[in-house]
Amino acid sequence: MTVQDNKWIGKRTIRPDGADKVTGRAAYAADATMTGMIWAKILRSPHAHARIRSIDTAKAEALPGVRAVMTGMDLVHFPVEKSVMLGIQDMRWMSRNVMAREKALFPGHPVAAVAATSESIAAEALKLIEVDYEVLPWVIDVEEAMKPGAPILHDFVRFEGAPSNIAGRLEHKLGDVEAGFAKADVVVERSFRTKPIHQGYIEPHACLVSVLPDGKTTIWSSSQGQFMVRAMCAYLTGIPQSDIRAIPAEIGGGFGGKTIIYLEPVAMVLSKKSGRPVKMVMTRDEVFRATGPTSGSFSTVKIGATKDGRIVAAKGTFHLQAGAFPGSPIRGAAGCAFSPYDIANVHSLGLDVVSNRSKVAAYRAPGAPLGAYGVECVLDEVAEALKMDPLQFRLKNAAKEGTKAAYGPTFPRIGYEETLRAAFEHPHYKAPLGPKRGRGVASGFWFNAGGESSAQVSITEDGNVVVVTGHPDIGGSRASTANITAELLGIDYRKVSVSIGDTSSIGFSNLTGGSRVTYASAMVVTHSTEKVIKTLCERAAKIWKIDPEAVVWQDGTARPAGENAGKFPPLTLAEIAARASETGGPIGAGTQLNTTGAEGGFGTHICDVEVDVELGIVRVLRYTAIQDAGRAIHPSYVEGQMQGGVAQGIGWALSEEYLYDKHGRVDNASFLDYRMPVCSDLPMLDTVIIEVPNPKHPQGVRGVGEVPVVPPLAAVSNAVYNALGRRFYSLPMSPPKVLAELDRAK
Amino acid sequence: MAKLQVSTTINGEPVEFLCSPGETMLDALRGPLGLTGSKEGCGSGDCGACTITLDGRLVCSCLVLAAEAEGRQIGTIEGMAKGGHLHPLQTKFLEMAALQCGICTPGVLMAARALLERNPDPTEEEVRFWLAGNLCRCTGYDKIVRAVLETAAELREAAQ
Amino acid sequence: MSDLHYLSPRTLDEAIKAFSDAGETARILAGGTDLLVQMRAGTVRPGTIIDIKKIGEMTDIEEAPDGSFVVGAAVSGAVLAEHPRFGAVWPGVLEAVNLIGSTQIQGRASAGGNLCNASPAGDSVPALVAAGATVTVAGPNGRRQLPVEAVPAGPGRTNLARGEIVVGFRFPPRPPGSSDAYLRMIPRTEMDIAVVGCGVSLTLRDGICTAARVALGAVAPTVLLVEAAGKALTGSKLDDAAVDAAAAACRAVCRPIDDKRGTIEYRTKIAGVLLKRAVRIAADRVRGA
Repeated sequence: MTVQDNKWIGKRTIRPDGADKVTGRAAYAADATMTGMIWAKILRSPHAHARIRSIDTAKAEALPGVRAVMTGMDLVHFPVEKSVMLGIQDMRWMSRNVMAREKALFPGHPVAAVAATSESIAAEALKLIEVDYEVLPWVIDVEEAMKPGAPILHDFVRFEGAPSNIAGRLEHKLGDVEAGFAKADVVVERSFRTKPIHQGYIEPHACLVSVLPDGKTTIWSSSQGQFMVRAMCAYLTGIPQSDIRAIPAEIGGGFGGKTIIYLEPVAMVLSKKSGRPVKMVMTRDEVFRATGPTSGSFSTVKIGATKDGRIVAAKGTFHLQAGAFPGSPIRGAAGCAFSPYDIANVHSLGLDVVSNRSKVAAYRAPGAPLGAYGVECVLDEVAEALKMDPLQFRLKNAAKEGTKAAYGPTFPRIGYEETLRAAFEHPHYKAPLGPKRGRGVASGFWFNAGGESSAQVSITEDGNVVVVTGHPDIGGSRASTANITAELLGIDYRKVSVSIGDTSSIGFSNLTGGSRVTYASAMVVTHSTEKVIKTLCERAAKIWKIDPEAVVWQDGTARPAGENAGKFPPLTLAEIAARASETGGPIGAGTQLNTTGAEGGFGTHICDVEVDVELGIVRVLRYTAIQDAGRAIHPSYVEGQMQGGVAQGIGWALSEEYLYDKHGRVDNASFLDYRMPVCSDLPMLDTVIIEVPNPKHPQGVRGVGEVPVVPPLAAVSNAVYNALGRRFYSLPMSPPKVLAELDRAK
Repeated sequence: MAKLQVSTTINGEPVEFLCSPGETMLDALRGPLGLTGSKEGCGSGDCGACTITLDGRLVCSCLVLAAEAEGRQIGTIEGMAKGGHLHPLQTKFLEMAALQCGICTPGVLMAARALLERNPDPTEEEVRFWLAGNLCRCTGYDKIVRAVLETAAELREAAQ
Repeated sequence: MSDLHYLSPRTLDEAIKAFSDAGETARILAGGTDLLVQMRAGTVRPGTIIDIKKIGEMTDIEEAPDGSFVVGAAVSGAVLAEHPRFGAVWPGVLEAVNLIGSTQIQGRASAGGNLCNASPAGDSVPALVAAGATVTVAGPNGRRQLPVEAVPAGPGRTNLARGEIVVGFRFPPRPPGSSDAYLRMIPRTEMDIAVVGCGVSLTLRDGICTAARVALGAVAPTVLLVEAAGKALTGSKLDDAAVDAAAAACRAVCRPIDDKRGTIEYRTKIAGVLLKRAVRIAADRVRGA
């Protein structure tokens, strides 16, 4: 099927869930209410690092209106000696992150919680909780945390035999880098620094939880995975998974930050203790102080090339901040940094460093932007030293089918070179630039994931289709699902209704993340729809009393396969549905799969900036993002993912950063001072979708959501260099830094 | 703490509710009034997700005391569609995929409508600065701005 | 907030009485774009909130026959922008007021609130000072007028006596050949608190600057009227030497702090840059450019 033959796949259909969102009727977690509902609030550590000697909640419990109180002792105890993994999350850290046990490890770390009949009573009760802290020295910055003599967060964390804040290490090797560098004509080595960055979802975390006296639990929450919510809550509270029904509310942004839980287990314990449904909504202040941003980093990248433009060796060491507990995204940094390139000798090392700030959570291609930042900037310097065009330099070294990536796999058919060529040919690349303006390019890679997915496709008695899938829809994925179902069945798109099931109504489905929702759900929806089509043909065969093999499905109808099968007029979906009972019963099919075959995604970006050299302000004037999507099931939502990722990357490069005061507390815990791009900060964000179909997916889909945030850090940095002739090795390139660098140059 | 009784008009309909003196209009909308279309993204006037109109003026409802609604006209997202008919902006946002997660969408639509009521032919820059108080993290604003400009063009044509 | 009272008096006398009676924990509510944020953050816990938006004098804009304007203290930026004449006569003051926050904030925020909140970075204040505006203040002991620059006493503090309320601003009649401008530096294009703000008001006659007032915000605990900068410009043709001298005078008076919005070094440096640009804009406006 080519795009031109398609009626729905590849077309810009109206998302099936849109009317509720444009009218304000869509139900997000904070909109939910339940009769008898009470409110809970969290008491948070004021200290960056402290041993918790004791917590006395007696006075809080006595306050009229208070219905329950809890501390970390009310959660299941995961001893630090034994790792308990759920996916990539260790429950030892998850439980202590949700509520502190032995120590408070960052300002804002939850230490206790109260449920009361009103928010204001809950807030008053928090003030009555007495916590005895033994304040300890603290450290935040990743380099400071690695220095000898730095305050140690965890006694059990050791690195090379000694107590350390370096909690993990990941290494990829190919060939022999030292031999490679020896052969190089040009070698560039640079160090790069970035600050912690928050995902910045506009909707704070929220949940409404009801635990009945028999333990039956209902959770409404804003999350990227209702099955993750169920599983983590089961682990942390000890209530069995089968007793927990986790319902995904509409979610107001996640970007990875809602792939773990903060509130739900707390609300569960309080609901169980109080006998009432408990609602919890974070304030924006709490979101910034106490939910995972992504890592700040310190990295060193060294790349060597011969004068013909071949990269002969590449080395990168990426130190990422994990926050209070181990688990920074070194896998993404070390694994993705060099992956767009065919390099024989690679050494990529990631180090996971704990420090006294909130535990990191995933943020869109976790770790990959940090790796790509240094690599794509150094590539630019190498290209310049070789007097080669930066895109041509990348093309000369581009990974392609058969290239072995340092992180392990050999690439199948991929579309990276196509993105480079498209960038080179794009009018943006040749457009003239005025004074104080510059242009930069950068590429990026992200693994993409497959993972478990379930879908149920059912034909209604009146001949329409209901599809239930298992992944929260953050970006319009229901539209893609409807496109595929309508296309395969050959019916009008509007006859397909798509909803997201909860843990009790749909089979296990992994998180919304990893650029996998369209990929995975498209696969299981395709499988289920194909099963349904088979059933429809069988029913037609029954009606016509012919062999099912003699029936085909075409243009939304069952038809005899050929003249020999018989002269029967086609039967529509509606006609067959009307006779479902008499031909064998309801018509529907489900699929549960661990989808595989997800291949990495590649993008190449072009960025133009203008610098106000007297004030140091950098503005992005023009941006073009080019990406291989495999197959764009719904082009508008693919473009939307690209534009959203680019906007986040631009904020990361120019204006966003965590600032801390002298007590180690976040100083800018608001949208006023945590500066995300506003509408007037950005130009139109142009996109080019390349389609090199993924051979392993029935629709050719490649994940698209995460790649777009990977190139911008370097694309903007390289553009600033082009404008000013000065390179910056730390982000954000905020006005004071830019001005200081310009003054230094004078 | 005695509650205040407030008589106001919301989306053209007379409404009465009780509130504490310190409650914001956003609290009142999302609480006793059950109008949860206005969202709390920050509670401090920095994100625009709570945008309503107060006597036709765009404001952040988190920065208006509920008590101030007395005798005034409040407009919320719930009043934007008339009967079963979406406002042209709402329709265009859906057509052009100018929303992804949708949490900022009510606020953006309220702001965009106010803009087009005052200025039927805004430039891209005017649209961007008018919407600067509405944070969106999903879309990068591109499709939002395009949808507003296209709606403006269509409305101008229809008016001729 | 359990003992909070909300009052909305209809006359200034009622407001003054209520404000007096309510004592130390009373707060005046105009647009609420500072007060409600502070209440939410817990930094201010009022006992009584006195909403003055029903008082005519505080929400009116009047242009007198002599060309002077009286603008009520609670007039919102949006309403001020819609006045048919004010922005033509005082474009710098208008743009300063209109820079206080987003469209939504503009629907509520007022110059009176901005001044009385006494943030060193308040956007309207440098332009009001450069304009030579005065405030009318009313309290239990009657009314008085004072120059705008006399009002702020330090971050979050004013020189108003207990029980006094700012009622309105008076802008003097404009000699022909006059205009003003306000520029601020913020890292993004909107939404940020000014890192430095500069207001310039000047009068040109036959190419000579006959009067100039310069004020800086966010570079000291209160707004600074930079007399030396005004003097450097007065009598000149606004040539490079004069403007450079004015810029240097601006840099010389800066005594900012390092905080999450800017460093001492950066603020001082750009104060001069903003002065030069603001002078150019004001001069262009005079010449009708």
